[in-house]
Amino acid sequence: MSTYQKNKLSVNNIYKSFGDISVIDDVSLELKENEFVSLLGPSGSGKSTIFNIIAGLIKPDKGKVYIEDMDFTGRSGRVSYMYQKDLLLPWKKIIDNAALPLVIKGTKKKEAREMVKGYFKIFGLEGFEYKYPFQLSGGMRQRAALMRTYMFSKDIILLDEPFGGLDAITKRRMQYWLLDVLSNLNASIIFITHDIDEAIFLSDRVYILSDRPARVKTEIKIDLPRPRKNQVITTPRFNEIKKDIINIL
Amino acid sequence: MRKLENIENRIIPITFLGILIFLWYFVVERGIIQRFILPSPVDAVTTLFRILPEIKHHLIVTLTEAFYGLIFAIVLAVALAVLMDNILMLKRALYPLLVISQTIPILVLAPLFAMWFGLGKFPKIIVVMLVCFFPIIVSLLEGFDSVDKDLINLMKSMGASKIKIFTMVKFPASIVNFFTGLKVAATYCIMAAFIGEWMGGKAGLGLYMMRAKKSLRIDKVFAVVLLIVILSMVLFKIVSILQRLLMPWNNEKQ
Repeated sequence: MSTYQKNKLSVNNIYKSFGDISVIDDVSLELKENEFVSLLGPSGSGKSTIFNIIAGLIKPDKGKVYIEDMDFTGRSGRVSYMYQKDLLLPWKKIIDNAALPLVIKGTKKKEAREMVKGYFKIFGLEGFEYKYPFQLSGGMRQRAALMRTYMFSKDIILLDEPFGGLDAITKRRMQYWLLDVLSNLNASIIFITHDIDEAIFLSDRVYILSDRPARVKTEIKIDLPRPRKNQVITTPRFNEIKKDIINIL
Repeated sequence: MRKLENIENRIIPITFLGILIFLWYFVVERGIIQRFILPSPVDAVTTLFRILPEIKHHLIVTLTEAFYGLIFAIVLAVALAVLMDNILMLKRALYPLLVISQTIPILVLAPLFAMWFGLGKFPKIIVVMLVCFFPIIVSLLEGFDSVDKDLINLMKSMGASKIKIFTMVKFPASIVNFFTGLKVAATYCIMAAFIGEWMGGKAGLGLYMMRAKKSLRIDKVFAVVLLIVILSMVLFKIVSILQRLLMPWNNEKQ
């Protein structure tokens, strides 16, 4: 990673309340090119609302969202967004699910299929192109969902607890797999999680959020070397960072 | 294992039905209940085969009415459901009316339609439509409503238009519900046509049965009832097969 990285996305002093309940209280975030940033906070702290604002699905009461220095506040269709649920369409084969964003943009089905075909290998789904989602395991469905997410926008990807619904072993494998895939793609990622280990293992930086209303408590740089292997979670440095985070939370 | 369970699932109702029919047969054959009051199941079946040439014409009339009624009901229900789902005002205005329309006894409406529209097929088709329309539209509307909100948000975040969200997600997601409604409707449609004819008509199984009843031919009445049950079951099966063919992604569930 280069020492100077371009700013991909910045969220400037956003506020949001629903009715009387303040959900987001002056949150500012930054995402640089090729960076992996996590938002770590307790459940129900408004992390998903922040994502909805970045994705343009919700307008903030105050504050702005800039993507590559352009104002994208309240405008959807720029960044890709993946949820905890895979949200694959059960009536479409995996290849058509992955091609969905292209079809929405107006590409013909046949062309879209051609365009996504090449990515099945990278995402470890070779041979499953013409299966239906129910024929895949949970982990594979998440991979397919990530692939679809990637097909929509290749540079900025929001991941909202994508592995939250998986069992611990599969989750660990998927995290490792994600790092591996990302090393082949030029993507900037914001990742929501309430799992401290996960945040440290995956991220370059972690924003720690407070309980509702969400505020950025602090920002922590994760200086563990990359590429990270599974063993990294048992190193003293890892535990040091973890201790810090627990103290802040 | 699953296959075994399936067989067991079938054996129990079939055995039970068999016992019931045997009891019925036994009670009549032994003269515990007299034949002119209750014909035996054997009588019903033999009578059905005997009168088949004579009721063929009526059967075709009833099937035609049921068929057109069901088709029109499907078209109308789908069209209206789509409109109601997209225009909230329309849904609020129409939904209670739909429910009320189902509370009016069809036995009252059928003769009214006969008075207004004559004794031909048309008033029967309306009766079938009225009966079949409701289960289809209600299940469709419920289907549209129950589509995962996150899925719709996801589509929005990808910049999909309202029409695209509808055609690509909402509609296909609701096909299951559509078939649930259609199964109910298909089971009812023959009976509905039959009621329409019963209340006044020139032809059809309903008319035939009314005549049989008036001449105290209970065996014929039972034969026609048997025929209606068989027809409705066949229709139900056709819809199930259609569903399996059209929704290959749904077959493996359970």
